[in-house]
Amino acid sequence: MKAAVLVFPGSNCDRDCKVAVETTTGGHVDMVWHQETTLPSGLDLIVVPGGFSYGDYLRCGAMASQSPVMAEVAKAAKRGVSILGICNGFQILCESGLLPGALLRNAGLKYICKPIELTIENRNTRFTSAYGDEQTIWMTQGNADGNFFADADTLQSIEDNGQVVFRYVENPNGSINNIAGIVNKAGNVLGMMPHPDRAFEPSLGSADGAPLFHSLQRLLQSA
Amino acid sequence: MTLKAKVHIFLKNGVLDVQGKAVEGALGGLGWTDVSNVRVGKVLEFDLKATDKAAAETEVKAMCEKLLANTVIESYRIEVA
Repeated sequence: MKAAVLVFPGSNCDRDCKVAVETTTGGHVDMVWHQETTLPSGLDLIVVPGGFSYGDYLRCGAMASQSPVMAEVAKAAKRGVSILGICNGFQILCESGLLPGALLRNAGLKYICKPIELTIENRNTRFTSAYGDEQTIWMTQGNADGNFFADADTLQSIEDNGQVVFRYVENPNGSINNIAGIVNKAGNVLGMMPHPDRAFEPSLGSADGAPLFHSLQRLLQSA
Repeated sequence: MTLKAKVHIFLKNGVLDVQGKAVEGALGGLGWTDVSNVRVGKVLEFDLKATDKAAAETEVKAMCEKLLANTVIESYRIEVA
């Protein structure tokens, strides 16, 4: 697997994402600064990591979504390259229009940092094919703006198209329809608030994020 | 000419404004129990060089659509003077 992890000013999970991809897939990961106007060639995966890009000023992910590298990410998305946005990465993908909806301040106003239980709503995506028949999975999350919102029509189409990939078992933040992660219509762009990059081996408290990366590896093997 | 631009941004009606709710709760706690529907927004002010007011308004609208507001959740109002 050939992957790139984007780095914005204020990213703080970029190294975690690199280690997660390397450890779970044995792949090669390049770190790509947000000012770059080209991406490494032949990428199978682009990870938009968590953190607080631009200090969350204006809106979380707003300024990062306009970074030069994001124009290249949009082109890669169109070509069908797998794109994974985690936490702030999810916010950036929504702000850039690569995913529908937006992330609002948590309904309880609190920064929520804790392990979180999820259901896998769609096991047929390229990000979830390696999951088995587990009822629920555990990852951690840490955010103040994880409250997913979409207007009624958008929400209906997200649901009808099977774009909801993960839901919270217990809604921590007011997310509409308990949504924790969604894919785009084409299925190659995933955004999620919980962190698979912090849950890929038992020593981290959970290895439930590992199958997500294994799924992407499986996609390459089947190609 | 240099013009003064002001952009008011609020969450759209129907989008939960938790900051507004928190402020409303605090006001209620201080005795202002007649207060309702508090919304917290933001105001951006800046100077802008433009040929005329109409041109400036067009530019500021483009800024709002591209960066300043997220029209999925927010509405904006522009003042140029």
